[in-house]
Amino acid sequence: MIKVTELTKKYARTVAVDQISFEVEKGQIVGFLGPNGAGKTTTMRMLTCFMPPTSGSATVAGFDVLEQPLEVKKRIGYLPETPPLYPEMETSEYLTFVGKLKGLSGPELKKRVDSVCERCAVADVKTKLLGKLSKGYRQRVGLAQAIIHNPDVLILDEPTAGLDPKQINDTRDLIKSLAGDHTIILSTHILPEVEQTCEQVIIINKGKLVATDSVHNLQARARGAESVLVEIAGRNGNLDLTAVQKRLEQIGGVSRVQYKTSHANRNIFEIESQKGFVRGDLARAVVEAGWDLNELKSAAMSLEEIFLQLTRGEVKEAAAKGAQ
Amino acid sequence: MRNIWIICRKELRSYFVSPIAYLLLTMFAIIFGFFFWNSLGYFVLMGMESQMRGQPFPMNLNEEVIRPLLSNAAVIGLFFIPMITMRLFAEEKRTGTIELLVTSPIRDFEIIIGKWLAALILYATMLLFTAVNFAFLFKYGNPDWKPLAVGYLGLLLMAGGLLAIGTFISTLTKNQIIAGAATFGVCLLLWVLEWVSGYETATWAKVLSYLSVVTHFQSSFVKGVIDTKDAIFYLTVIFLGLFFTTRSMESLRWRS
Repeated sequence: MIKVTELTKKYARTVAVDQISFEVEKGQIVGFLGPNGAGKTTTMRMLTCFMPPTSGSATVAGFDVLEQPLEVKKRIGYLPETPPLYPEMETSEYLTFVGKLKGLSGPELKKRVDSVCERCAVADVKTKLLGKLSKGYRQRVGLAQAIIHNPDVLILDEPTAGLDPKQINDTRDLIKSLAGDHTIILSTHILPEVEQTCEQVIIINKGKLVATDSVHNLQARARGAESVLVEIAGRNGNLDLTAVQKRLEQIGGVSRVQYKTSHANRNIFEIESQKGFVRGDLARAVVEAGWDLNELKSAAMSLEEIFLQLTRGEVKEAAAKGAQ
Repeated sequence: MRNIWIICRKELRSYFVSPIAYLLLTMFAIIFGFFFWNSLGYFVLMGMESQMRGQPFPMNLNEEVIRPLLSNAAVIGLFFIPMITMRLFAEEKRTGTIELLVTSPIRDFEIIIGKWLAALILYATMLLFTAVNFAFLFKYGNPDWKPLAVGYLGLLLMAGGLLAIGTFISTLTKNQIIAGAATFGVCLLLWVLEWVSGYETATWAKVLSYLSVVTHFQSSFVKGVIDTKDAIFYLTVIFLGLFFTTRSMESLRWRS
């Protein structure tokens, strides 16, 4: 649905987006991830034909953003970082205006306005002035405006920024419910959001593509080095922590043992291993030493850690290049 | 065409739901009404004096009331035009709504012409208030309507040019005040340029005076004459103004 090849955007002094290439299949939700200033908004603006790329190309539904911008725009719904609302308009009037801009008219237009109002839960503020709406409603009207013409592709720039936790959840559910009919790219710098809503992740940092993969694969990739949490208790309530530490370190494959907490008298150790499965050896060792094994669980690396790992690696590489 | 109208209607609406339109219309009506009252008072006085002298000379409403008033309307308009155009693009740039327009399946020039047309319609509405005044002349006298109509045509052409310049300036900044002040400066300059012709007859003075927007109104339209030369001047200004606006919008995309 979306194909981006070596897309580059240069400003007078800086390179905002540096030769990014990726593809998005029809019907997918893709998370566009990166710290602030990584080039997410710039990339999205190029995809929506708001600004032309310096070099490289991007096609949406087979249409090039430079050659056939009108065709691309017809197929894209775009929610910029701040919803583009006219404060002096009423909600339904605004949606009607946007619908007309996107080429709808007559009864079709009326039907679409009603349906997006329902879908985005803004029907109860239909006759309110946009300038008087709360942040959550503004964001939802922004979303309603993006889907009014039932576009193939939805591009959402930080759709949950500035919302309260309940609104964030509602918005995520809404986005997920849109996934079937639309291909969605959403940018964010909040990682759990990607884990919860997206199937694919594109991570960029400082204008460069760092990783593009499915959420599942990325998590699996980082799990190569497994980390396990064990809770151990002594038989009679006393536990010699240093002894435990020593015993655990002797197990083959364990690379690091760290005492984490004794929160509410629970002694938790974090164990990192290089070779993969050490859980069996761990359990046996603990029991044989005469301690109680109260809990043992694998701690999957969150996307957050993967992200930090990846972006950190990038920084190191850059630093190494700089040193040469 | 449809897209132009969509944009135009949206702009007109935002003029008329905010106080801007009413403020401008009221101010214009009051100021022009004052000019009309003065001008008519003077005309009546002259009429009485000439009768008292016992040798009435022919007096003409068109030449002595309508013509100077149309010139006045042109100059008052210069002060109002910046207030009409300053928000057109500056506000959309500031609030970010420009992103909606630019990413919609609609061409740049449709956005620009739609906005410019809305500004022109607001200006025409202002002129409507002058017609209310002139209506009294038709009730109690019998002026010729044709020169008046030509005068209005000239006013619209002149305003069209200045509004196009204002629209262009509005694309250059996010700040309405800056857009307004700059447009006001340009309008004022384009008016006073003709003054050089009062004392200088060299070529540069002729060029400067030619560039003045008011010259082309004074030399033909106000007298009830449609001069193609002057009409073309205004149409050129309109075209250039709108053309530079499209270029400015394009560069906005490359830079922003």
